[in-house]
Amino acid sequence: MPSLFLENLTKRYPTGDLALDSVWLEVPEGQVVALIGPSGAGKSTLIRCVNRLVEPTSGRVLLADEEITALRPRRLRRIRRRMGMIFQEYALVERLTVMENVLSGRLGYVGFWSSWFRRFPRDDIATAFSLLERVGLTGMEDKRADALSGGQRQRVGIARALIQDPDLLLVDEPTASLDPKTSRQIMRLITELCSERALTAVVNIHDVPLARMFAQRVVGLQAGKIVYDGLPDGLTPDVLTQIYGEEDWLAADREYAPTGNNLVKSELQDQGRLAGEG
Amino acid sequence: MASPALSQETARWRPPPLIKSRRVRCFLALIVGLYVAAAFGTLDINWARVADGGPRALRFFSGFFPPDFAARWTAIVDGLLESLWMTIVATALGVLISIPIAVGGARNVAPLPVYFFCRSIMAASRTFHEVLIAIFFVKLFGFGPFAGVITLTFATLGFYAKLLAEDIEAIDPAQAEAIKATGAGWLQWLDFAIRPQVRPRAIGLAVYRLDINFRESAVIGIVGAGGIGATLNTAFDRYEFDTAAAILLIIIGIVMAAEYASGVIRHRLQ
Amino acid sequence: MAVFEGQNGQDWRQRTRLVDVFVWFCWLIGLSIVVACLSFISDKTIWAFVLSAPQEAGDLGGRMFPPDWAYSNTLWRPLWDTFNIATLGTAIALMISVPVAFCAARNTTPSIVFVRPIALFIIAASRSINSLIWALLLVVIVGPGVFAGVIAIAFRSVGFCGKLLYEAIEEIAVEPVEAVTATGASSGQVLTYGVVPQIMPAFAGISVFRWDINIRESTILGLVGAGGIGLQLSASINNLDWSRVAVILIAILGTVIVSEWLSAKVRAALI
Repeated sequence: MPSLFLENLTKRYPTGDLALDSVWLEVPEGQVVALIGPSGAGKSTLIRCVNRLVEPTSGRVLLADEEITALRPRRLRRIRRRMGMIFQEYALVERLTVMENVLSGRLGYVGFWSSWFRRFPRDDIATAFSLLERVGLTGMEDKRADALSGGQRQRVGIARALIQDPDLLLVDEPTASLDPKTSRQIMRLITELCSERALTAVVNIHDVPLARMFAQRVVGLQAGKIVYDGLPDGLTPDVLTQIYGEEDWLAADREYAPTGNNLVKSELQDQGRLAGEG
Repeated sequence: MASPALSQETARWRPPPLIKSRRVRCFLALIVGLYVAAAFGTLDINWARVADGGPRALRFFSGFFPPDFAARWTAIVDGLLESLWMTIVATALGVLISIPIAVGGARNVAPLPVYFFCRSIMAASRTFHEVLIAIFFVKLFGFGPFAGVITLTFATLGFYAKLLAEDIEAIDPAQAEAIKATGAGWLQWLDFAIRPQVRPRAIGLAVYRLDINFRESAVIGIVGAGGIGATLNTAFDRYEFDTAAAILLIIIGIVMAAEYASGVIRHRLQ
Repeated sequence: MAVFEGQNGQDWRQRTRLVDVFVWFCWLIGLSIVVACLSFISDKTIWAFVLSAPQEAGDLGGRMFPPDWAYSNTLWRPLWDTFNIATLGTAIALMISVPVAFCAARNTTPSIVFVRPIALFIIAASRSINSLIWALLLVVIVGPGVFAGVIAIAFRSVGFCGKLLYEAIEEIAVEPVEAVTATGASSGQVLTYGVVPQIMPAFAGISVFRWDINIRESTILGLVGAGGIGLQLSASINNLDWSRVAVILIAILGTVIVSEWLSAKVRAALI
């Protein structure tokens, strides 16, 4: 049974831009899919059509056989609880504390007045604390979000998505404004959490090497159409040219190869350091 | 080496004019010239009267001097307190009513019909000067501070709701989108995504409006809407210029102090 | 601060109990101040008049309708005067406020100790007296008429424009000014090449903004005799000629809408 199913999904913006052009996509349960493609290919639109932050022009979106595109607002909010979203530039509410940001992931579950007075159920608070511990932010709960570094903010963003107890993670350029090392830490954290919780995930990502490293499947989007769908290993220079256009991909690979080894080494060091901290 | 043609070209360089077409430029200059001539021509300045202004001003200000705080002291204090009550109530009421109107008047929050409705309330409140509105409320509710409170509340609507709505429209959409994606309800979304982002400005604007309302309360009193303005008007009517001078000095003093204080408060909030 | 060791693990509240109580207490005090003010005002209000407001409104509406359209032909001259008061007043105010603003800005003032406080005082004094009060004073000094209105608007606007302008001057980028100074330019040249280009957009915006406000202000100056359509308004109100008042209000509405449209156009052209 597919967890997520996009059927003939099309989005045309009022400006006339065709962002998605009859996209068909099946994601089975527990799979981590990387969505790659140049800027403006429709990656962000695709992810936002799934939880209807952007209304698709036509086509259907199904999550575990429930048709999201047919839901009325109340049911839509209900199903949004089951889809955690992680954003580019973190999208934390900067003037709220870390804890409030994490707990905002429970808004779909609690009533208005208890959220107004910030009286969340005990279980939610306990979950929030354990998630903060899991993403490595123990003791940070009362800091304001704008006092954190980029990597820390994205960890809060991950905790906010996970506290929803989602079936599906929608991840939009999670590493776009992070340095290479933090990027890999964040991607590793996301994929680890997905396998721990058997989450399905759709990850938009600019960085092809990162996509290769962490995804089980890669989908290439070009001008609103899927032009590649397969294993990360299948991303040959020809395929990349098809997705991104003409470029000396082998040269990029050659440059990348030696540093790749170094990065693996530094990653091992990182893991050791993190384990030491824990 | 530059060719002769080029050097001639560069020698003739002038900054490009603001308006490209020479014809439009001349036309605009002509219009402005004609307007200034016509405006001054119809100004009807009675120069003899203006020249007389010097001695008159002297006499006038000697009537002002020395300012007499003592003669009408209780009336002044009463007027000031009344202005203060009016200011506080009008600001509190105005802000309270403005908040929902501001939310309704922000394009990124409200649907189009609500948006137009709220924006037209703001426009209605901003079209007419406070004093004109005060004249009508005095006519409706009788002389005294009640009409003043209603006037100032109404005027606060146009100011506060408009600026707050613009603030709401200028929030970071990514943060709002993130909260929406959690499945939050509309009110929860306002509370978690919008409120934290506009709160400092909203408080700052309220303090600023408190300051403005006090100033305005000194003016609408002239048309009968209570407060220190009424006291001032009485003083002018009775030719008690020394008392009027005292009142003006007190108003200036309070306005300066209030502006300084509100400036400090708003600065702290940033 | 807001984390507790509860019976079953950690608990979290937005604020500690003490802060919570304090916040509620502040709200309570604020509310009671407003209620107290309300009761003071209600003491000074004759409620019979307030309660008769609906009848009064109906009565007024009845007398305003139908508006005395024939009267509108005599309003062109007062409208022209109103427009002139606002425009000339703004122009004069801008001419005065530019040097005042340069004297008031920390980074361009000739002397922080002597000139700056004087400039700041001019700005503050001009701002704290409403144009209606300026008009009240000026009518006595230069006589009733449009001229008093122009000067009143100008005096009030000097402070407004001066304040916004000197804040804009203080916020300019220092690098271009440094660069111009480094070329060996005189201080006048530094102003015209380093500072003026940076504040031109602010200057244009401020002028249009204040002109728009002044159109509204100039509609009421006639109430104290300083020219413009307010003269006709106060005469009609004093004669209880409400059908004419209606026409005047419609004329003012039209003027304000046109001025708003015009200033929006100019602003769009400037940006």
